[in-house]
Amino acid sequence: MNYFKDSAHLFRFFFLFVVAFVVFLVVRHFVVPKSFGEYGHYRGAAIAEIAARPARFAGHETCETCHADVLETKKAGKHANVNCGACHGPLANHAADPSIQPAKLDTAVLCIRCHAASAAKPKGFPQVDAGQHSGGLACETCHQPHSPAIQTGDTK
Amino acid sequence: MNIDRRHFLVMLPAAAIAWKYVLAGTPEASPNYAMTDHWWSMLIDIPKCIGCGNCVRACAAENDVPNGHFRTWVERYHVTDWDMTNPEVISPDGGKEGFPAVQEDAGKYFFVPKLCNHCADSPCTQVCPVGATFITPDGVVLVDQTYCLGCGYCVQACPYGCRYIHPEKKVADKCTLCYHRITKGLTTACCESCPTGARQLADLKDPNDPIHAFLKTHHVQVLKPQMATGAKVFYNELDGAVR
Repeated sequence: MNYFKDSAHLFRFFFLFVVAFVVFLVVRHFVVPKSFGEYGHYRGAAIAEIAARPARFAGHETCETCHADVLETKKAGKHANVNCGACHGPLANHAADPSIQPAKLDTAVLCIRCHAASAAKPKGFPQVDAGQHSGGLACETCHQPHSPAIQTGDTK
Repeated sequence: MNIDRRHFLVMLPAAAIAWKYVLAGTPEASPNYAMTDHWWSMLIDIPKCIGCGNCVRACAAENDVPNGHFRTWVERYHVTDWDMTNPEVISPDGGKEGFPAVQEDAGKYFFVPKLCNHCADSPCTQVCPVGATFITPDGVVLVDQTYCLGCGYCVQACPYGCRYIHPEKKVADKCTLCYHRITKGLTTACCESCPTGARQLADLKDPNDPIHAFLKTHHVQVLKPQMATGAKVFYNELDGAVR
C-alpha cells in the first residue's frame, strides 16, 4: 500500500491524459470525412464525385443514334474509323438538345491538321502539300469529308 | 448453438478480420459499373500517331485544362544515327496545334503522345501527406481536389512530369483517364477524338479486350520501366531513345 501513498499527482496526470484523448476522438470524429478509409487512405466519396462530372464529348455511339445516314456514308470510306468528335469536337450539349446547332466546320483548317505533308508522319498516311495539291481550292470541292475518296458521278 | 471456449478462441481472429469489412460498409451501389471489374490502362500505337494534336485539344475541351498546362501532350522525336542517345524533342504548346512540317533527312522522326501512366505503384500517391491522391480500385490515379493542400510533392514525385498545380484552384491537377466518361461506358476524350486509333483505352480485367491479343503479338513497352512504377500506358514500337 505504501507504493500508492503519494500517487494523487499521478491520477491527476492520468485524468488529464484521458480528457485529452477523448477530446482528440471527438474532434477526429467531426473533422475526418465519413468515407475516409473506405477503400484506402483517402476520401472514398471523392471517386463518386469525380465520376459524376458531365461529359462534353457525347461519344460516337450517341451521334449515330440520330445520324445513321452519315454512319452509312462513313462506313464505306477511309474515314470509317474516325470518330465524329475528332472533327466535330465536343457536342454533348447538341446531343442533349438537338436545337443547339453546332458551329460550321472549316475544312481548310481541319483537313490540313491531319493531312499536311511532313516527313515526320508515318509513311503510309495520306499527306498532301495543300498549295500544290488543290491550287487554293477548298478541300470539300472534290472530297466529301465523311467519305473522302473522289466520287465519280452523283455527289451530294 | 453451443460454442465451447476452444472454438470461440479459434473464431476470434476470423471475426476480427470480418469486423474490418463491417466497419467499412458496403460500397456504393452503381447500376452498371462495378469498380472491382475493371483495371484501366491505355495502349499507344506509335506507328499510327500522326501528331495532329487532336488528343491535346480534346483533353483541354473535356477537362477545362488551363492554357499552358497539359494532362496529355504530344512530343516529336528526331533521332539521328550519329547521336542516338540525344534525340531532339519538341512539343510546341504540347502539340496542341500540330507540328511544323519537316523535310526528309537522315534522321528518324516519330511522335510520342504522353499522359499519366496510371501507375499501379505510383510514386505520386505515396508522397501525398494528406491522402488527397490515390489509386482507385479500378486502377485510375485521381486527385481529391477538395482535400489537396497544393504542396506540390506529387508534382515533383511523378517521374513522367504528368502533374501540375492548377493556376487558379492552386491544387494538384492531372489526367483522370476521363474517369467521368469511362465509368459511364464511354472512352476517354483523347481516344474518342484520335483519328488514327493510335490511342486506345484498354481494360486489363476484361478478358475480351483486344489489348490481350495485342500485348502478346507486339513489341510493347512502358516508359521508364527501371523505375518500377507499374506504369499502365503501353507503347507499341517505342524507340529506345524515348525517355
